[in-house]
Formats: sequence, C-alpha cells, structure tokens
Amino acid sequence: MKIMLVDDSRTIRNIQKNVLKQLGHENVIEAEDGVQALDKFNQDKPELMLVDWNMPNMDGITLVRKVRELDKAVPIIMCTTEAEKSRVLEAVKAGVNNYIVKPFTVESLGEKISQTMEKVAAKA
Amino acid sequence: MDVRYINPFVKSIANTFQTMCGLSINVEKPQLKSGDDPSSDVSGVIGFSGDAAGSVALLFNYDVASKIASAFAGTEINEDHDDFSDAIGELANMVAGGAKAQFEGLNISISLPNVIRGKNHNLSGSKSAPRLIIPCNTDMGTFYMEIGMVLTKSVAASQTAAVGASQ
Repeated sequence: MKIMLVDDSRTIRNIQKNVLKQLGHENVIEAEDGVQALDKFNQDKPELMLVDWNMPNMDGITLVRKVRELDKAVPIIMCTTEAEKSRVLEAVKAGVNNYIVKPFTVESLGEKISQTMEKVAAKA
Repeated sequence: MDVRYINPFVKSIANTFQTMCGLSINVEKPQLKSGDDPSSDVSGVIGFSGDAAGSVALLFNYDVASKIASAFAGTEINEDHDDFSDAIGELANMVAGGAKAQFEGLNISISLPNVIRGKNHNLSGSKSAPRLIIPCNTDMGTFYMEIGMVLTKSVAASQTAAVGASQ
C-alpha cells in the first residue's frame, strides 16, 4: 500500500514512518506542505494519507478540500496539534476519515491507521 | 499575565514530554522574567494570535536539548544533526497546541515554529505582555518554558463585562 505522509516536520514524518514500518507498510511518499503533497498526489496516487494541519505554503485543511475535489475515496487521517472540537468537526466536514491529536503515542497512531484501513475495507 | 493562563501550559508540557519522550517533568514555581534570567542555546518559539497574543518558548542548553530531541525522535540527534532544530520546534508546537485547546471559548491561532540557535542567547518579548519563566526539571536535565500571553482588547473587555454582570 502506498501511503503519503504530509507534515512540515521531518521528525514527525520519521516517527510516522517507523510506526508504518512496524505495521508492515514501507511504501511511503513524503511531502512537507500542501503544495508539494498535491503535486505528488497527482503523480503517485497514494492509497492513504496522513496530513498535518499547520504547514507553510498550503495548510492541511486546504489540502484535504483540494484532494476531495479530485478523489472522494482515498482515506485521509488528520494528524495535528489542533485539538479543539470545532477543528475536528471542520476537518470531518472537509472530508477526513480519522483524526489524531499530537502528541500521540506510537500505539495510538498505529491503532488509528489500522482502524481507518479496516473501515475503508469494510465499505469496499 | 493572568495566572489562569499558566496551568494549560503546565499540563500541556507534562503531557507532551511524557507522551513523546517518556519523560516526567517536575515544574517549579513560575517567575516573572527579569534581567537576570537563564540564557539558552536553542529556543523553540510559537506565537499566538486571534483572541490572545503572545508566545510560548522552550529554552534549552545544547546538552539537554540533544538528549530530549533524541528521546523524541527515537534516534540520536545532537546539535549538528539536520533534524535538531526541527525536533525542538515540533516539541514547542505540541506544547502550544495542547495549551491552546484548553482555552475554552477563545479563538486562538498558533504560528509555525521558529527555532533560535546561538550559545547563551536570551529572548526579548513585548513589554505589553509580561513574561513568565517556568523551570522544568527532568532526568535529562533542566530546561525552561517562557510564556507571555495577553487577551486582545475586545476579548478582555467582554470578559470583564461578563464578570461584572455576574457579581
């Protein structure tokens, strides 16, 4: 499975990559902002996206809206410090499938990823 | 600075460091920033805007910062590592985000992280927002959290009016 990690922090992307590796996913594409992610999305067609909210050039919520104009189905998990209920609702409205608040444990991130994949598989 | 705004930061820093670094923090009493404050070698700074203005900064010496960045990233990250500043900035980001979520009813935005490096530097803030220094003791050494935050005029006025009406 091809998974895209979108976060301006390389440290966070590396932590996410390690979690994905533990789950058996090593086919990872990285982007450090929404603009780069959108370019790579068109080229690489990821099958799951983990998206940060606050990023330079294009933020995560804008990216989610733009991705949803192109693809209604690709599962998107928002992974962000934005923890307010209003933010979660805004993200869900924009089209995210799951939401995880930073700081996160490796276990909780793994669970969210597995949970999202299971839901998507059940719908298919 | 209103002391009610300190607890969200204290809770958030404890949660962030425990969750991401497996590190317990023993927070000392906040002190008003004076001219005689501890200097640092690397500072991760996040600004606030919206209903509140100001910033929160995490101030480290290189030794403590390297140990904490390594615990966070799960790999050795010293001050010369490409991801050193990124790790410090992201920790500051998580602390700011966690605190922001606890300010119910306030619409606050946080900036992207800024990381300042330089042996023995000090941060200067706006005089309109008194700044507090909070020593944070850990098994990896002591670092400091510096907070300066004020409500914007319109929000402060509405809160004062609400308090007045309830009395």
